[in-house]
Amino acid sequence: MTDPTTAPSGTERPDEGPNPGVAQISHGDVRELRGPLLVMGDVDDVGWDEFATVDFAGRERHGLVLEVDHDLVTLQVLEGTDAMAPGGVRVRFAGRPLRIPVGSGWLGRVCNGRGEPLDGGPPVTGDTTLPVSGWPLNPVYREPPQEPVLTGISVIDALTTLVRGQKLPIFSVPGLPHLTLATQIAAQATSGGTTFRVVFAAMGLTHADIAFVRDRLEERSAAGELVLLINAADDPVIERILTPRIALTIAENLAYTEGHDVLVIMSDMTSYAEAVREVSAARREIPARRGYPGYLYSDLASLYERCGRVRGQQGSVTIVPVLTMPAGDITHPVPDLTGYITEGQIVLSPEVAARGIYPPVDALSSLSRLMRSGAGAGRTREDHLDVAAQVLAALAHARQSAELAELVGAAALSETDRSYIAYRGLLEQGLLNQGHDDRRSLEDTLDRAWSALAALPRRELTMLSTEFLDRYLPSEPEAT
Amino acid sequence: MVAVGKPRTGAIVRVSGPLMEVDGVPDVSMLEVLAVGPQRISAETVAIAGNRATLQAYEYTGGVKVGDTVEATGSQLTGLLGPGLLGAVFDGLMRPLSSAPLWLTQDRTTSTDDPATMERIWTFVPSVAVGDQVSPGDVLGTVPGAGSVEHRALVPPGIFGTLTWLTSEMEVHALDPIARVGTQEVLLSERWPVRAARPFRDRTAGVVPLHTGQRVLDLMYPLARGAAAAVPGGFGTGKTMMLQQIAKWSDADVIVYVGCGERGNEMADVLDGLSQLVDERTGGKLIDRTVIIANTSNMPMMAREASIYTGICVAEYYRDMGYDVVVIADSTSRWAEALREFANRNGDLPAEEGYPANLASELAAFYERAGRVTTLGGQTASVTVIGAVSPPGGDMTEPVTTDTQRFVRCLWLLDRDLAYSRHYPAVSWTGSFTRDEEALGRWHTANGDPGWAPRRARAAALLAEADRLGDLAEIIGANSLPGHERMVLLGGRLLRDGVLMQNALSPNDGFCSAEKGAALLDLVLDVVDTCQQLVERGVSATTIEQADHGPVLRAREETGPADAAGVASRRADVVRKLEELS
Ligand SMILES: Nc1ncnc2c1ncn2[C@@H]1O[C@H](COP(=O)(O)OP(=O)(O)O)[C@@H](O)[C@H]1O
Ligand SMILES: [Mg+2]
Repeated sequence: MTDPTTAPSGTERPDEGPNPGVAQISHGDVRELRGPLLVMGDVDDVGWDEFATVDFAGRERHGLVLEVDHDLVTLQVLEGTDAMAPGGVRVRFAGRPLRIPVGSGWLGRVCNGRGEPLDGGPPVTGDTTLPVSGWPLNPVYREPPQEPVLTGISVIDALTTLVRGQKLPIFSVPGLPHLTLATQIAAQATSGGTTFRVVFAAMGLTHADIAFVRDRLEERSAAGELVLLINAADDPVIERILTPRIALTIAENLAYTEGHDVLVIMSDMTSYAEAVREVSAARREIPARRGYPGYLYSDLASLYERCGRVRGQQGSVTIVPVLTMPAGDITHPVPDLTGYITEGQIVLSPEVAARGIYPPVDALSSLSRLMRSGAGAGRTREDHLDVAAQVLAALAHARQSAELAELVGAAALSETDRSYIAYRGLLEQGLLNQGHDDRRSLEDTLDRAWSALAALPRRELTMLSTEFLDRYLPSEPEAT
Repeated sequence: MVAVGKPRTGAIVRVSGPLMEVDGVPDVSMLEVLAVGPQRISAETVAIAGNRATLQAYEYTGGVKVGDTVEATGSQLTGLLGPGLLGAVFDGLMRPLSSAPLWLTQDRTTSTDDPATMERIWTFVPSVAVGDQVSPGDVLGTVPGAGSVEHRALVPPGIFGTLTWLTSEMEVHALDPIARVGTQEVLLSERWPVRAARPFRDRTAGVVPLHTGQRVLDLMYPLARGAAAAVPGGFGTGKTMMLQQIAKWSDADVIVYVGCGERGNEMADVLDGLSQLVDERTGGKLIDRTVIIANTSNMPMMAREASIYTGICVAEYYRDMGYDVVVIADSTSRWAEALREFANRNGDLPAEEGYPANLASELAAFYERAGRVTTLGGQTASVTVIGAVSPPGGDMTEPVTTDTQRFVRCLWLLDRDLAYSRHYPAVSWTGSFTRDEEALGRWHTANGDPGWAPRRARAAALLAEADRLGDLAEIIGANSLPGHERMVLLGGRLLRDGVLMQNALSPNDGFCSAEKGAALLDLVLDVVDTCQQLVERGVSATTIEQADHGPVLRAREETGPADAAGVASRRADVVRKLEELS
């Protein structure tokens, strides 16, 4: 009884079916407009979380039902309530929560945060529709993630290996090249041999950033391997609540029905959380920390937990959320709650950036919790886990040596400490620093790690077996 | 319970996420479970005012409308307790997940009467005879093949008298009668409201350690059977890892692992790990002594609240059979957040950080269900509770952490700095405590290890002194300290790296027997003594510091999990090599 003996029967999701026509009845009794909220009166037969279309001044906006109370219905309007006046509003309810069409029709497309085309093409269609909120995956059907996703970026592949079905966020601060990194991952990532697809959900990005992302991902998009959803900084804020859900619904279908390995990149989750906070404030909910609602943890989990591998099935959903930590504060609710949900974190740091390193990953505070099952013999290379542990331990030592050097001067250091400082230089330039379009093979990456380690006396390499040392350690430190 | 008859129904008047209000259900009672709407979503009554009841929903409420019919079920949230729990996975409402579909949609039935459970066939082996006088807790018989402990079918609470009938069937199902006491039938499985504590005779006074297999806990902050412990720590400090290690290696009879609002991949990992590991004591698999309650963070939030009680209820069921049970809850903070979420939606006045004012009493009530007791059947058994706490921002002054500290016997505080420097388990020796050290010291003395308490006291003193000197060394430089103080610094390092650190992923080091733990600590303390003598004899501190301490530091990895002799045998060699320095 410990695990299901049969694989899940088929891949169909519950209650798939054609989209019913948009309901005809329209309601016009507006009771209140407040922030993104619209309260309608004299409504019946509307369910909680139902989707609605709001007609105002000849244009459509969209809403989700947040509360039904007798004949009152509270909606959050995705495009906001700006300019709306109680007089001319008409609301049509869809009769059920929001669903979107799914399938490979999304691949190669560029759409806005609600999934409407931005690329001049027709609206995306599909044979099936699925509710955007998804359903929780029965944990007994989960397969523990254990194969790597290779990004071609040395610091990630070597030290914080991303694993198929993992959720691994990038923590950054405003001004650092997290978007460049996220885009590079989106452009380069692959998983050994299987079909790989990317869903990139951009939230709250400036137009300059959007141009950069579109340009950089052009190739993968043209190859029909990528879906791009874009909510710009000047697009409606509340729409961001929907964007990741659409991205994940597309991704789950591509993974579990079409059998692809799907990587979902969501940037910037801080912008997403701000939209959640705005709705919460408009509802006058009691905040937990820094104005964010107490349910932010569960809300974020309902997104991040949509990653995974399913027993007996091909595909996988891997999630890389990107978020900026306000004032670089890792205890801020968004990074903090994210860290509680995700399986590790990749931390970017201004200090590393200041040393001229791209990507500016602070390797010592970064961690991929699933790396131990996704790297090593049979996954990447036999020496991978030990080499990564040794690189990090030596880096920690090198940091102390460097601090000591600042206190007492480099001349007063022991020879060992000096070798650690040399090691750090080699590591930073040989392994950690990398070009924006540079894609390195795993062999290359691990060999670079060994080259840096060669700067240390062999007796210092206590985490590596003699066997590995003999096999991989270059005899002379290589200059870079 | 209300007599069966006309269905008692009402109509939904308000829905706000998991909170619903319903009008007009006749005679609805607190905690009664109701079925809502055409999907028959489970919900529980949490407040009644006039003819209006407030419900908390255990499923996603999308699509529930004003006017939807609500039907009272007449019962509270119950678990079906019987053979077949061990090795299985349930959700927070105790519905088997093993037979649930891939995607957990709304329309799952309210009942726990899962066909796979109902159809399963068991053999009942009576151990009483018709005509015997029986009372609650007496063993009626056993059910072979139901996990790694003997499954005992007991006389349920409240049933006394003469045994008038025993089943003669070779094959029985969960809800088949197995015996009759007077006129009352006893079924193979029993329904029990999960929020109600199961009765026992009394709490027992004796203090007996629970061996966790984690050195820092067993040597420094030991836990008694039937006590409660909390593990607070920011994300990535190793809470889950520690709890999983305890689930694997502690010397309890039964483990109930409650994944409360945490990761799905972790549940898969627990299931996978325990299914592969062999239970040394029974030869079976560790999963066969484990019940998993999985309510991951993306499953409905209010079921998270119930899952904690479901876990305790299952634990008490096995306790009543006479077993030592450990309940592991990861994480109690997610449970508290569910309480907060509901209280806020219900408009309750918040106390600190939005938490309801009754947070402390709710936590106390939960941890108080731990205990070592004499069961109704007269056996000594226990429920030990270990809960993870996830303080927001790692802030140990937040309400759940501070309240929890008041109600537990042990606090295993995980320190972010230790975790970042990869010192695992990152149990802080400044912030952790155990309240049972003296009583446990007496137990060890009475059970063959009188050295336990003095050893622990020396280790604690060494750690504190090494910390103090370490701070000083940072200011004036270690080389300016006198030799004997530098030996304290060295000793502190050997103690931390050679004894307290423990690699959960290592086959040799993941589990540590009590004897090996004691041997490792003795080894380090002996080395420290030797080093101090050398300094006294004029050997330079630098020489001693630069000696090869590898054999001490690697002893935990290079000897088997229970190889105390292997550790002890290093002592002579290590000490001799040190003596050669003079
Ligand atoms: N005892 C240990 N041995 C080895 N690694 C550990 C140990 N404890 C924690 N870790 C490491 O720390 C990571 C985070 O631990 P985890 O228990 O998931 O943290 P938390 O539950 O507190 O967020 C693990 O993935 C593992 O890499
Ligand atoms: Mg955890």
